[in-house]
Amino acid sequence: MRAVLAIFRREFVAYFATPLAYVFIVIFLALAGAMTFYVGGFFERGQADLYSFFLFHPWLYLFLVPAVAMRLWAEERRSGTIELLMTLPVTPAQAVLGKFLAAWLFCGVALALTFPIWLTVNYLGEPDNGVIVASYIASWLLAGAFIAIGSCMSALTRNQVIAFVLGAVACFVFLMSGVDLVLSPLRTVLPPFALELVASFSFLFHFNELAKGVIGASSALFFASVTLLALVINTLIVELGKSA
Amino acid sequence: MADMVVLDRLSRNFGPIRAVREISFRVGRGEVVGFLGPNGAGKTTTMRMLTGFLPPSAGTARVCGHDVVSEPLAVRRNLGYLPEGAPLYGDMTVQAFLAFVAAVRGLAGAAGRRAIGAAVERTQLQPVLHQPIDTLSKGYKRRVGLAQAILHDPPVLILDEPTDGLDPNQKYEVRRLIAEMAPGKAIIVSTHILEEVEAVCTRAIVVARGQLVADATPEELRRLSPLHNALRLRVAAATAERAREVLAHLSGVRELQLSLPVDGVAELLVLPQDGVELAPEAVARLRAERVEVRELSVERGRLDDVFRRLTLG
Repeated sequence: MRAVLAIFRREFVAYFATPLAYVFIVIFLALAGAMTFYVGGFFERGQADLYSFFLFHPWLYLFLVPAVAMRLWAEERRSGTIELLMTLPVTPAQAVLGKFLAAWLFCGVALALTFPIWLTVNYLGEPDNGVIVASYIASWLLAGAFIAIGSCMSALTRNQVIAFVLGAVACFVFLMSGVDLVLSPLRTVLPPFALELVASFSFLFHFNELAKGVIGASSALFFASVTLLALVINTLIVELGKSA
Repeated sequence: MADMVVLDRLSRNFGPIRAVREISFRVGRGEVVGFLGPNGAGKTTTMRMLTGFLPPSAGTARVCGHDVVSEPLAVRRNLGYLPEGAPLYGDMTVQAFLAFVAAVRGLAGAAGRRAIGAAVERTQLQPVLHQPIDTLSKGYKRRVGLAQAILHDPPVLILDEPTDGLDPNQKYEVRRLIAEMAPGKAIIVSTHILEEVEAVCTRAIVVARGQLVADATPEELRRLSPLHNALRLRVAAATAERAREVLAHLSGVRELQLSLPVDGVAELLVLPQDGVELAPEAVARLRAERVEVRELSVERGRLDDVFRRLTLG
Protein backbone atom coordinates (compact mmCIF):
# COMPACT_ATOMS: atom_id res chain seq x y z
CA MET A 1 0.00 0.00 0.00
CA ARG A 2 2.87 2.28 0.96
CA ALA A 3 4.50 1.61 -2.41
CA VAL A 4 1.23 2.26 -4.26
CA LEU A 5 0.89 5.57 -2.46
CA ALA A 6 4.49 6.59 -3.24
CA ILE A 7 4.06 5.79 -6.95
CA PHE A 8 0.68 7.49 -7.02
CA ARG A 9 2.15 10.67 -5.57
CA ARG A 10 5.12 10.66 -7.93
CA GLU A 11 2.92 10.20 -10.99
CA PHE A 12 0.36 12.75 -9.92
CA VAL A 13 3.03 15.39 -9.30
CA ALA A 14 4.69 14.45 -12.60
CA TYR A 15 1.58 15.60 -14.49
CA PHE A 16 2.00 19.08 -13.11
CA ALA A 17 5.78 19.16 -13.63
CA THR A 18 5.20 19.99 -17.30
CA PRO A 19 2.70 22.40 -18.90
CA LEU A 20 0.88 19.33 -20.23
CA ALA A 21 -1.46 19.18 -17.26
CA TYR A 22 -2.55 22.78 -17.56
CA VAL A 23 -2.94 22.54 -21.33
CA PHE A 24 -5.04 19.44 -20.88
CA ILE A 25 -7.28 20.99 -18.26
CA VAL A 26 -7.79 24.18 -20.27
CA ILE A 27 -8.62 22.25 -23.44
CA PHE A 28 -11.01 19.99 -21.56
CA LEU A 29 -12.81 22.88 -19.90
CA ALA A 30 -12.97 24.92 -23.10
CA LEU A 31 -14.27 22.04 -25.19
CA ALA A 32 -16.73 20.88 -22.55
CA GLY A 33 -18.09 24.41 -22.32
CA ALA A 34 -18.23 25.00 -26.06
CA MET A 35 -19.96 21.68 -26.70
CA THR A 36 -22.55 22.34 -24.02
CA PHE A 37 -23.55 25.75 -25.29
CA TYR A 38 -22.99 25.60 -29.04
CA VAL A 39 -23.58 21.98 -29.96
CA GLY A 40 -25.74 20.79 -27.10
CA GLY A 41 -27.93 23.90 -27.09
CA PHE A 42 -27.87 24.38 -23.31
CA PHE A 43 -30.04 27.51 -23.41
CA GLU A 44 -32.24 26.52 -26.32
CA ARG A 45 -33.35 23.39 -24.49
CA GLY A 46 -34.80 25.59 -21.82
CA GLN A 47 -34.41 22.88 -19.17
CA ALA A 48 -32.61 23.09 -15.88
CA ASP A 49 -30.38 20.04 -16.32
CA LEU A 50 -26.87 19.21 -17.48
CA TYR A 51 -27.89 16.71 -20.15
CA SER A 52 -26.25 18.75 -22.91
CA PHE A 53 -23.08 19.00 -20.80
CA PHE A 54 -22.61 15.31 -20.06
CA LEU A 55 -23.75 14.21 -23.51
CA PHE A 56 -20.35 15.04 -25.00
CA HIS A 57 -18.11 13.66 -22.27
CA PRO A 58 -17.58 10.26 -23.90
CA TRP A 59 -16.43 12.00 -27.09
CA LEU A 60 -14.12 14.40 -25.31
CA TYR A 61 -12.64 11.56 -23.30
CA LEU A 62 -12.11 9.58 -26.46
CA PHE A 63 -9.06 11.63 -27.39
CA LEU A 64 -8.23 13.47 -24.16
CA VAL A 65 -8.00 10.49 -21.83
CA PRO A 66 -5.62 8.45 -24.03
CA ALA A 67 -3.44 11.59 -24.00
CA VAL A 68 -3.35 11.44 -20.22
CA ALA A 69 -2.66 7.71 -20.14
CA MET A 70 -0.14 7.47 -22.98
CA ARG A 71 2.93 8.40 -20.96
CA LEU A 72 2.24 6.12 -17.99
CA TRP A 73 4.34 3.18 -19.23
CA ALA A 74 5.67 4.17 -22.64
CA GLU A 75 7.76 6.89 -21.03
CA GLU A 76 9.19 4.46 -18.45
CA ARG A 77 10.19 2.08 -21.20
CA ARG A 78 11.66 4.76 -23.44
CA SER A 79 13.82 6.31 -20.74
CA GLY A 80 14.76 2.98 -19.13
CA THR A 81 13.39 4.02 -15.75
CA ILE A 82 11.23 0.91 -15.81
CA GLU A 83 14.36 -0.97 -14.79
CA LEU A 84 14.75 1.37 -11.85
CA LEU A 85 11.10 1.09 -10.86
CA MET A 86 10.88 -2.67 -11.25
CA THR A 87 14.02 -3.29 -9.19
CA LEU A 88 12.63 -1.34 -6.25
CA PRO A 89 10.66 -3.49 -3.81
CA VAL A 90 7.44 -2.99 -5.78
CA THR A 91 5.23 -5.58 -7.47
CA PRO A 92 4.00 -4.86 -11.01
CA ALA A 93 0.43 -4.77 -9.69
CA GLN A 94 1.32 -2.05 -7.19
CA ALA A 95 2.99 0.03 -9.88
CA VAL A 96 0.03 -0.38 -12.24
CA LEU A 97 -2.42 0.61 -9.52
CA GLY A 98 -0.40 3.62 -8.39
CA LYS A 99 -0.11 4.97 -11.92
CA PHE A 100 -3.78 4.33 -12.67
CA LEU A 101 -4.93 6.14 -9.54
CA ALA A 102 -2.74 9.15 -10.35
CA ALA A 103 -4.15 9.47 -13.88
CA TRP A 104 -7.69 8.88 -12.64
CA LEU A 105 -7.44 11.53 -9.95
CA PHE A 106 -5.96 13.90 -12.50
CA CYS A 107 -9.04 13.42 -14.68
CA GLY A 108 -11.13 13.88 -11.56
CA VAL A 109 -9.50 17.26 -10.96
CA ALA A 110 -10.26 18.33 -14.52
CA LEU A 111 -13.84 17.15 -14.14
CA ALA A 112 -14.25 18.89 -10.78
CA LEU A 113 -13.15 22.16 -12.34
CA THR A 114 -16.34 22.14 -14.43
CA PHE A 115 -18.26 23.03 -11.24
CA PRO A 116 -19.21 26.52 -12.50
CA ILE A 117 -21.67 24.95 -14.91
CA TRP A 118 -23.33 23.18 -12.00
CA LEU A 119 -23.57 26.50 -10.18
CA THR A 120 -24.94 28.12 -13.33
CA VAL A 121 -27.71 25.62 -13.80
CA ASN A 122 -28.65 25.93 -10.13
CA TYR A 123 -28.76 29.68 -10.49
CA LEU A 124 -30.93 29.49 -13.59
CA GLY A 125 -33.42 26.98 -12.34
CA GLU A 126 -34.05 24.05 -10.05
CA PRO A 127 -32.28 21.01 -11.49
CA ASP A 128 -32.38 17.51 -10.02
CA ASN A 129 -29.01 17.60 -8.28
CA GLY A 130 -29.18 13.86 -7.62
CA VAL A 131 -29.09 13.21 -11.35
CA ILE A 132 -26.21 15.64 -11.74
CA VAL A 133 -24.18 13.88 -9.04
CA ALA A 134 -24.94 10.54 -10.71
CA SER A 135 -23.81 11.99 -14.02
CA TYR A 136 -20.57 13.26 -12.55
CA ILE A 137 -19.89 9.84 -11.05
CA ALA A 138 -20.72 8.20 -14.38
CA SER A 139 -18.38 10.56 -16.18
CA TRP A 140 -15.56 9.83 -13.76
CA LEU A 141 -16.13 6.06 -13.97
CA LEU A 142 -16.02 6.26 -17.75
CA ALA A 143 -12.77 8.22 -17.56
CA GLY A 144 -11.39 5.51 -15.25
CA ALA A 145 -12.22 2.75 -17.71
CA PHE A 146 -10.61 4.72 -20.54
CA ILE A 147 -7.48 5.33 -18.45
CA ALA A 148 -7.15 1.65 -17.61
CA ILE A 149 -7.44 0.79 -21.32
CA GLY A 150 -5.02 3.57 -22.27
CA SER A 151 -2.54 2.48 -19.61
CA CYS A 152 -2.72 -1.06 -21.00
CA MET A 153 -1.89 0.22 -24.48
CA SER A 154 0.87 2.41 -23.10
CA ALA A 155 2.56 -0.67 -21.62
CA LEU A 156 2.71 -2.24 -25.08
CA THR A 157 5.08 0.29 -26.58
CA ARG A 158 7.92 2.69 -25.82
CA ASN A 159 6.47 5.30 -28.17
CA GLN A 160 3.92 7.68 -26.67
CA VAL A 161 2.34 8.52 -30.02
CA ILE A 162 1.69 4.86 -30.74
CA ALA A 163 0.36 4.49 -27.20
CA PHE A 164 -2.04 7.38 -27.83
CA VAL A 165 -3.32 6.01 -31.14
CA LEU A 166 -3.74 2.49 -29.77
CA GLY A 167 -5.49 3.87 -26.71
CA ALA A 168 -7.87 6.03 -28.73
CA VAL A 169 -8.75 3.18 -31.10
CA ALA A 170 -9.35 0.73 -28.26
CA CYS A 171 -11.51 3.25 -26.42
CA PHE A 172 -13.43 3.97 -29.60
CA VAL A 173 -14.18 0.29 -30.15
CA PHE A 174 -15.51 -0.07 -26.61
CA LEU A 175 -17.43 3.15 -26.81
CA MET A 176 -19.11 2.22 -30.09
CA SER A 177 -19.64 -1.49 -29.55
CA GLY A 178 -23.40 -1.00 -29.15
CA VAL A 179 -23.76 0.99 -32.33
CA ASP A 180 -24.66 -0.39 -35.77
CA LEU A 181 -21.36 0.86 -37.15
CA VAL A 182 -19.63 -1.85 -35.14
CA LEU A 183 -22.42 -4.38 -34.89
CA SER A 184 -23.51 -4.71 -38.52
CA PRO A 185 -20.22 -6.08 -39.88
CA LEU A 186 -20.14 -8.51 -36.94
CA ARG A 187 -23.72 -9.61 -37.52
CA THR A 188 -22.75 -11.79 -40.45
CA VAL A 189 -20.05 -13.69 -38.59
CA LEU A 190 -21.17 -13.86 -34.98
CA PRO A 191 -24.04 -15.89 -33.49
CA PRO A 192 -26.74 -13.75 -31.78
CA PHE A 193 -25.56 -14.37 -28.22
CA ALA A 194 -22.02 -13.25 -29.10
CA LEU A 195 -23.44 -10.20 -30.79
CA GLU A 196 -25.38 -9.37 -27.68
CA LEU A 197 -22.22 -9.79 -25.64
CA VAL A 198 -20.41 -7.31 -27.85
CA ALA A 199 -23.32 -4.91 -27.67
CA SER A 200 -23.42 -5.18 -23.88
CA PHE A 201 -19.86 -3.89 -23.78
CA SER A 202 -21.01 -0.56 -25.11
CA PHE A 203 -19.57 2.17 -22.92
CA LEU A 204 -22.02 4.60 -24.42
CA PHE A 205 -25.03 2.56 -23.31
CA HIS A 206 -23.72 2.12 -19.77
CA PHE A 207 -22.70 5.75 -19.52
CA ASN A 208 -26.17 6.92 -20.54
CA GLU A 209 -27.79 4.50 -18.10
CA LEU A 210 -25.66 5.84 -15.28
CA ALA A 211 -26.01 9.47 -16.28
CA LYS A 212 -29.78 9.19 -16.15
CA GLY A 213 -29.34 8.42 -12.49
CA VAL A 214 -31.88 5.62 -12.55
CA ILE A 215 -30.35 2.18 -12.66
CA GLY A 216 -26.91 2.82 -11.24
CA ALA A 217 -25.57 -0.36 -9.75
CA SER A 218 -25.19 -2.68 -12.73
CA SER A 219 -23.61 -0.09 -15.01
CA ALA A 220 -21.29 1.15 -12.26
CA LEU A 221 -20.32 -2.46 -11.69
CA PHE A 222 -19.75 -2.80 -15.42
CA PHE A 223 -17.27 0.08 -15.49
CA ALA A 224 -15.57 -1.14 -12.34
CA SER A 225 -15.07 -4.61 -13.81
CA VAL A 226 -13.86 -3.35 -17.18
CA THR A 227 -11.37 -1.11 -15.36
CA LEU A 228 -10.21 -3.94 -13.13
CA LEU A 229 -9.86 -6.32 -16.07
CA ALA A 230 -7.84 -3.79 -18.03
CA LEU A 231 -5.56 -3.24 -15.03
CA VAL A 232 -5.01 -6.96 -14.62
CA ILE A 233 -4.08 -7.22 -18.31
CA ASN A 234 -1.89 -4.15 -17.84
CA THR A 235 -0.04 -5.90 -15.01
CA LEU A 236 0.52 -8.98 -17.17
CA ILE A 237 1.85 -6.84 -20.03
CA VAL A 238 4.26 -5.08 -17.67
CA GLU A 239 5.45 -8.38 -16.28
CA LEU A 240 5.94 -9.93 -19.71
CA GLY A 241 7.31 -6.74 -21.23
CA LYS A 242 10.19 -6.29 -18.84
CA SER A 243 11.46 -9.80 -19.45
CA ALA A 244 11.41 -9.45 -23.24
CA MET B 1 26.13 -15.84 6.25
CA ALA B 2 29.36 -15.49 4.37
CA ASP B 3 28.01 -15.70 0.84
CA MET B 4 25.68 -12.81 0.22
CA VAL B 5 25.28 -13.45 -3.49
CA VAL B 6 25.23 -16.95 -4.93
CA LEU B 7 24.80 -17.76 -8.62
CA ASP B 8 24.33 -21.38 -9.55
CA ARG B 9 24.52 -22.25 -13.25
CA LEU B 10 22.54 -19.15 -14.07
CA SER B 11 21.52 -19.04 -17.75
CA ARG B 12 19.44 -16.81 -19.96
CA ASN B 13 18.39 -17.21 -23.58
CA PHE B 14 16.86 -14.61 -25.84
CA GLY B 15 15.22 -16.74 -28.48
CA PRO B 16 18.04 -18.74 -30.05
CA ILE B 17 20.73 -16.51 -28.53
CA ARG B 18 22.32 -17.86 -25.37
CA ALA B 19 23.21 -14.60 -23.69
CA VAL B 20 24.33 -16.12 -20.40
CA ARG B 21 25.44 -19.73 -20.09
CA GLU B 22 25.69 -21.48 -16.73
CA ILE B 23 27.49 -18.79 -14.79
CA SER B 24 28.26 -19.73 -11.18
CA PHE B 25 30.05 -17.74 -8.53
CA ARG B 26 29.70 -16.48 -4.97
CA VAL B 27 30.34 -13.11 -3.43
CA GLY B 28 30.88 -12.60 0.29
CA ARG B 29 30.74 -9.62 2.63
CA GLY B 30 33.65 -7.23 2.18
CA GLU B 31 34.32 -8.31 -1.37
CA VAL B 32 34.29 -5.95 -4.32
CA VAL B 33 33.94 -8.07 -7.41
CA GLY B 34 34.80 -6.59 -10.76
CA PHE B 35 32.52 -8.10 -13.35
CA LEU B 36 34.46 -7.84 -16.59
CA GLY B 37 33.82 -8.65 -20.17
CA PRO B 38 33.58 -7.12 -23.61
CA ASN B 39 30.34 -5.42 -24.60
CA GLY B 40 27.67 -8.01 -25.25
CA ALA B 41 29.33 -10.64 -23.07
CA GLY B 42 26.29 -10.95 -20.82
CA LYS B 43 27.26 -8.68 -17.93
CA THR B 44 24.10 -6.59 -17.91
CA THR B 45 21.88 -9.63 -18.49
CA THR B 46 23.46 -11.38 -15.50
CA MET B 47 22.97 -8.31 -13.32
CA ARG B 48 19.36 -7.96 -14.41
CA MET B 49 18.76 -11.55 -13.37
CA LEU B 50 20.37 -10.89 -10.00
CA THR B 51 18.04 -7.96 -9.38
CA GLY B 52 14.99 -9.95 -10.46
CA PHE B 53 14.34 -7.68 -13.45
CA LEU B 54 14.85 -10.56 -15.88
CA PRO B 55 13.82 -14.09 -15.02
CA PRO B 56 16.57 -16.66 -15.66
CA SER B 57 15.98 -19.36 -18.30
CA ALA B 58 17.76 -21.89 -16.10
CA GLY B 59 19.77 -22.03 -12.90
CA THR B 60 19.24 -20.09 -9.70
CA ALA B 61 20.55 -17.00 -7.99
CA ARG B 62 20.20 -16.03 -4.36
CA VAL B 63 20.77 -12.69 -2.68
CA CYS B 64 21.13 -12.81 1.12
CA GLY B 65 19.56 -16.25 1.01
CA HIS B 66 16.51 -15.18 -1.00
CA ASP B 67 15.81 -16.70 -4.39
CA VAL B 68 15.51 -14.09 -7.15
CA VAL B 69 12.55 -15.82 -8.78
CA SER B 70 10.43 -16.91 -5.83
CA GLU B 71 11.21 -14.02 -3.44
CA PRO B 72 11.85 -11.02 -5.68
CA LEU B 73 10.71 -8.44 -3.14
CA ALA B 74 12.97 -9.76 -0.37
CA VAL B 75 15.86 -9.74 -2.84
CA ARG B 76 15.18 -6.15 -3.87
CA ARG B 77 14.91 -4.98 -0.26
CA ASN B 78 18.41 -6.32 0.31
CA LEU B 79 20.11 -4.81 -2.67
CA GLY B 80 20.87 -1.47 -4.18
CA TYR B 81 21.07 -1.40 -7.95
CA LEU B 82 22.44 1.12 -10.37
CA PRO B 83 21.10 0.12 -13.80
CA GLU B 84 23.22 0.63 -16.90
CA GLY B 85 23.22 4.29 -17.93
CA ALA B 86 21.66 5.27 -14.59
CA PRO B 87 18.09 5.94 -15.81
CA LEU B 88 16.31 8.50 -13.61
CA TYR B 89 13.05 10.44 -13.56
CA GLY B 90 14.33 13.59 -15.24
CA ASP B 91 11.34 15.76 -14.37
CA MET B 92 11.91 15.40 -10.62
CA THR B 93 14.34 17.32 -8.46
CA VAL B 94 17.09 15.32 -6.78
CA GLN B 95 15.40 15.83 -3.43
CA ALA B 96 11.97 14.72 -4.69
CA PHE B 97 13.45 11.71 -6.47
CA LEU B 98 15.32 10.49 -3.40
CA ALA B 99 12.21 11.09 -1.28
CA PHE B 100 10.24 8.95 -3.75
CA VAL B 101 12.76 6.10 -3.55
CA ALA B 102 12.80 6.37 0.24
CA ALA B 103 8.99 6.24 0.35
CA VAL B 104 8.84 3.19 -1.92
CA ARG B 105 11.45 1.53 0.26
CA GLY B 106 9.34 2.24 3.33
CA LEU B 107 11.69 4.78 4.87
CA ALA B 108 9.21 7.32 6.18
CA GLY B 109 9.54 10.41 8.33
CA ALA B 110 12.73 10.85 10.33
CA ALA B 111 14.25 7.57 9.12
CA GLY B 112 13.70 8.66 5.53
CA ARG B 113 15.24 12.08 6.10
CA ARG B 114 18.23 10.49 7.80
CA ALA B 115 18.73 8.01 4.95
CA ILE B 116 18.46 10.74 2.31
CA GLY B 117 20.84 12.98 4.26
CA ALA B 118 23.44 10.22 4.55
CA ALA B 119 23.20 9.26 0.88
CA VAL B 120 23.39 12.89 -0.23
CA GLU B 121 26.45 13.44 1.92
CA ARG B 122 28.22 10.35 0.64
CA THR B 123 27.60 11.25 -2.99
CA GLN B 124 28.11 15.00 -2.39
CA LEU B 125 24.86 16.04 -3.97
CA GLN B 126 24.12 19.01 -1.70
CA PRO B 127 24.77 21.69 -4.37
CA VAL B 128 22.15 20.28 -6.77
CA LEU B 129 19.56 19.00 -4.32
CA HIS B 130 16.78 21.24 -5.62
CA GLN B 131 17.57 21.08 -9.33
CA PRO B 132 15.54 18.99 -11.77
CA ILE B 133 17.55 15.89 -12.67
CA ASP B 134 17.28 16.70 -16.39
CA THR B 135 19.41 19.80 -15.90
CA LEU B 136 22.30 17.99 -14.20
CA SER B 137 25.64 17.03 -15.72
CA LYS B 138 26.38 13.40 -16.44
CA GLY B 139 28.57 13.12 -13.37
CA TYR B 140 25.86 14.41 -11.06
CA LYS B 141 23.25 12.16 -12.68
CA ARG B 142 25.43 9.14 -12.05
CA ARG B 143 25.83 10.25 -8.45
CA VAL B 144 22.05 10.56 -8.09
CA GLY B 145 21.84 6.98 -9.38
CA LEU B 146 24.38 5.92 -6.78
CA ALA B 147 22.61 7.82 -4.01
CA GLN B 148 19.41 6.02 -4.94
CA ALA B 149 21.20 2.65 -4.79
CA ILE B 150 22.78 3.19 -1.35
CA LEU B 151 19.81 5.03 0.19
CA HIS B 152 18.62 2.11 2.30
CA ASP B 153 22.17 1.01 3.19
CA PRO B 154 21.73 -2.37 1.51
CA PRO B 155 24.02 -5.31 2.30
CA VAL B 156 24.43 -6.00 -1.44
CA LEU B 157 25.24 -3.43 -4.11
CA ILE B 158 25.08 -4.11 -7.83
CA LEU B 159 26.47 -1.35 -10.00
CA ASP B 160 26.32 -1.63 -13.78
CA GLU B 161 29.13 0.46 -15.27
CA PRO B 162 29.09 3.10 -12.54
CA THR B 163 31.95 5.11 -14.07
CA ASP B 164 31.00 4.81 -17.74
CA GLY B 165 31.19 8.19 -19.45
CA LEU B 166 32.60 10.06 -16.46
CA ASP B 167 35.71 12.22 -16.50
CA PRO B 168 38.82 11.06 -14.58
CA ASN B 169 37.99 13.14 -11.50
CA GLN B 170 34.46 11.81 -11.36
CA LYS B 171 35.73 8.26 -11.86
CA TYR B 172 38.08 8.75 -8.96
CA GLU B 173 35.21 9.98 -6.78
CA VAL B 174 32.99 7.03 -7.62
CA ARG B 175 35.81 4.57 -6.94
CA ARG B 176 36.58 6.23 -3.63
CA LEU B 177 32.92 5.89 -2.71
CA ILE B 178 32.89 2.21 -3.62
CA ALA B 179 36.09 1.56 -1.65
CA GLU B 180 34.61 3.40 1.33
CA MET B 181 31.51 1.23 1.42
CA ALA B 182 33.29 -2.03 0.68
CA PRO B 183 33.98 -3.37 4.19
CA GLY B 184 30.35 -3.94 5.22
CA LYS B 185 28.89 -4.99 1.90
CA ALA B 186 29.10 -7.37 -1.00
CA ILE B 187 29.59 -5.26 -4.11
CA ILE B 188 29.49 -6.29 -7.76
CA VAL B 189 30.73 -3.69 -10.22
CA SER B 190 30.50 -4.34 -13.93
CA THR B 191 32.96 -2.57 -16.14
CA HIS B 192 35.09 -2.92 -19.19
CA ILE B 193 37.67 -0.54 -17.83
CA LEU B 194 40.57 -2.53 -16.47
CA GLU B 195 42.15 0.21 -14.39
CA GLU B 196 38.95 0.12 -12.39
CA VAL B 197 39.57 -3.46 -11.39
CA GLU B 198 43.06 -2.63 -10.18
CA ALA B 199 41.76 0.43 -8.35
CA VAL B 200 38.86 -0.99 -6.34
CA CYS B 201 38.29 -4.71 -6.81
CA THR B 202 39.37 -7.53 -4.56
CA ARG B 203 38.40 -10.05 -7.18
CA ALA B 204 37.75 -10.10 -10.89
CA ILE B 205 35.29 -12.27 -12.77
CA VAL B 206 35.68 -12.30 -16.52
CA VAL B 207 32.88 -13.34 -18.85
CA ALA B 208 32.98 -13.75 -22.60
CA ARG B 209 30.23 -14.90 -24.93
CA GLY B 210 28.00 -15.54 -21.94
CA GLN B 211 30.45 -17.84 -20.18
CA LEU B 212 32.66 -17.37 -17.16
CA VAL B 213 36.28 -17.50 -18.30
CA ALA B 214 38.14 -16.38 -15.19
CA ASP B 215 37.51 -15.84 -11.48
CA ALA B 216 40.64 -14.60 -9.73
CA THR B 217 42.25 -11.72 -7.87
CA PRO B 218 43.65 -8.93 -10.06
CA GLU B 219 47.16 -10.10 -9.10
CA GLU B 220 46.45 -13.66 -10.21
CA LEU B 221 45.06 -12.37 -13.47
CA ARG B 222 48.16 -10.32 -14.04
CA ARG B 223 50.25 -13.46 -13.63
CA LEU B 224 48.53 -14.84 -16.70
CA SER B 225 50.12 -12.10 -18.75
CA PRO B 226 53.09 -13.17 -20.91
CA LEU B 227 54.83 -10.06 -19.66
CA HIS B 228 54.47 -10.97 -15.98
CA ASN B 229 57.90 -10.71 -14.26
CA ALA B 230 59.56 -9.77 -17.53
CA LEU B 231 62.72 -7.67 -17.23
CA ARG B 232 63.09 -4.48 -19.17
CA LEU B 233 66.63 -3.07 -19.35
CA ARG B 234 68.11 -0.05 -21.02
CA VAL B 235 71.81 -0.15 -21.76
CA ALA B 236 74.22 1.88 -23.87
CA ALA B 237 74.07 0.76 -27.49
CA ALA B 238 77.76 -0.13 -27.45
CA THR B 239 77.24 -2.72 -24.69
CA ALA B 240 73.93 -4.05 -25.95
CA GLU B 241 75.36 -7.14 -27.65
CA ARG B 242 77.40 -8.00 -24.58
CA ALA B 243 74.36 -7.62 -22.35
CA ARG B 244 72.36 -9.82 -24.64
CA GLU B 245 74.89 -12.63 -24.44
CA VAL B 246 74.98 -12.47 -20.66
CA LEU B 247 71.23 -12.54 -20.35
CA ALA B 248 70.76 -15.27 -22.90
CA HIS B 249 72.81 -17.60 -20.72
CA LEU B 250 70.67 -17.10 -17.65
CA SER B 251 68.56 -20.09 -16.71
CA GLY B 252 64.83 -19.69 -17.01
CA VAL B 253 64.83 -17.31 -19.94
CA ARG B 254 62.07 -18.06 -22.40
CA GLU B 255 62.62 -15.28 -24.88
CA LEU B 256 64.88 -12.31 -25.35
CA GLN B 257 64.15 -9.26 -27.47
CA LEU B 258 66.64 -6.54 -28.36
CA SER B 259 65.24 -3.39 -29.83
CA LEU B 260 67.13 -1.09 -32.22
CA PRO B 261 69.05 1.64 -30.36
CA VAL B 262 67.53 5.09 -30.10
CA ASP B 263 69.84 7.98 -29.13
CA GLY B 264 72.56 5.49 -28.31
CA VAL B 265 70.40 3.54 -25.88
CA ALA B 266 69.13 0.04 -26.58
CA GLU B 267 66.28 -1.72 -24.81
CA LEU B 268 66.23 -5.38 -23.90
CA LEU B 269 63.15 -7.31 -22.95
CA VAL B 270 63.67 -10.63 -21.18
CA LEU B 271 60.68 -12.91 -20.84
CA PRO B 272 60.98 -15.55 -18.12
CA GLN B 273 59.64 -19.06 -18.07
CA ASP B 274 56.61 -19.51 -15.81
CA GLY B 275 57.19 -18.52 -12.22
CA VAL B 276 60.91 -17.66 -12.61
CA GLU B 277 62.22 -14.45 -11.10
CA LEU B 278 65.09 -13.26 -13.22
CA ALA B 279 65.95 -9.94 -11.68
CA PRO B 280 68.46 -10.81 -8.88
CA GLU B 281 70.44 -13.22 -11.05
CA ALA B 282 70.45 -10.87 -14.03
CA VAL B 283 71.65 -7.91 -12.00
CA ALA B 284 74.48 -9.90 -10.41
CA ARG B 285 75.70 -11.31 -13.71
CA LEU B 286 75.58 -8.01 -15.55
CA ARG B 287 77.53 -6.35 -12.77
CA ALA B 288 80.11 -9.14 -12.84
CA GLU B 289 80.49 -8.64 -16.57
CA ARG B 290 80.74 -4.87 -16.04
CA VAL B 291 77.80 -4.03 -18.28
CA GLU B 292 76.37 -0.71 -17.16
CA VAL B 293 72.60 -0.81 -16.85
CA ARG B 294 70.96 2.59 -17.19
CA GLU B 295 67.51 1.49 -16.24
CA LEU B 296 65.88 -1.72 -15.11
CA SER B 297 62.26 -2.52 -14.43
CA VAL B 298 60.24 -5.62 -13.67
CA GLU B 299 56.97 -5.81 -15.58
CA ARG B 300 53.96 -6.75 -13.46
CA GLY B 301 51.97 -7.85 -16.47
CA ARG B 302 49.23 -5.98 -18.23
CA LEU B 303 45.61 -6.72 -17.42
CA ASP B 304 44.47 -5.64 -20.84
CA ASP B 305 46.67 -8.32 -22.44
CA VAL B 306 45.14 -10.90 -20.14
CA PHE B 307 41.67 -9.54 -20.84
CA ARG B 308 42.22 -9.88 -24.59
CA ARG B 309 43.60 -13.39 -24.29
CA LEU B 310 40.74 -14.52 -22.08
CA THR B 311 37.92 -12.97 -24.03
CA LEU B 312 39.09 -13.56 -27.60
CA GLY B 313 40.48 -17.08 -27.07
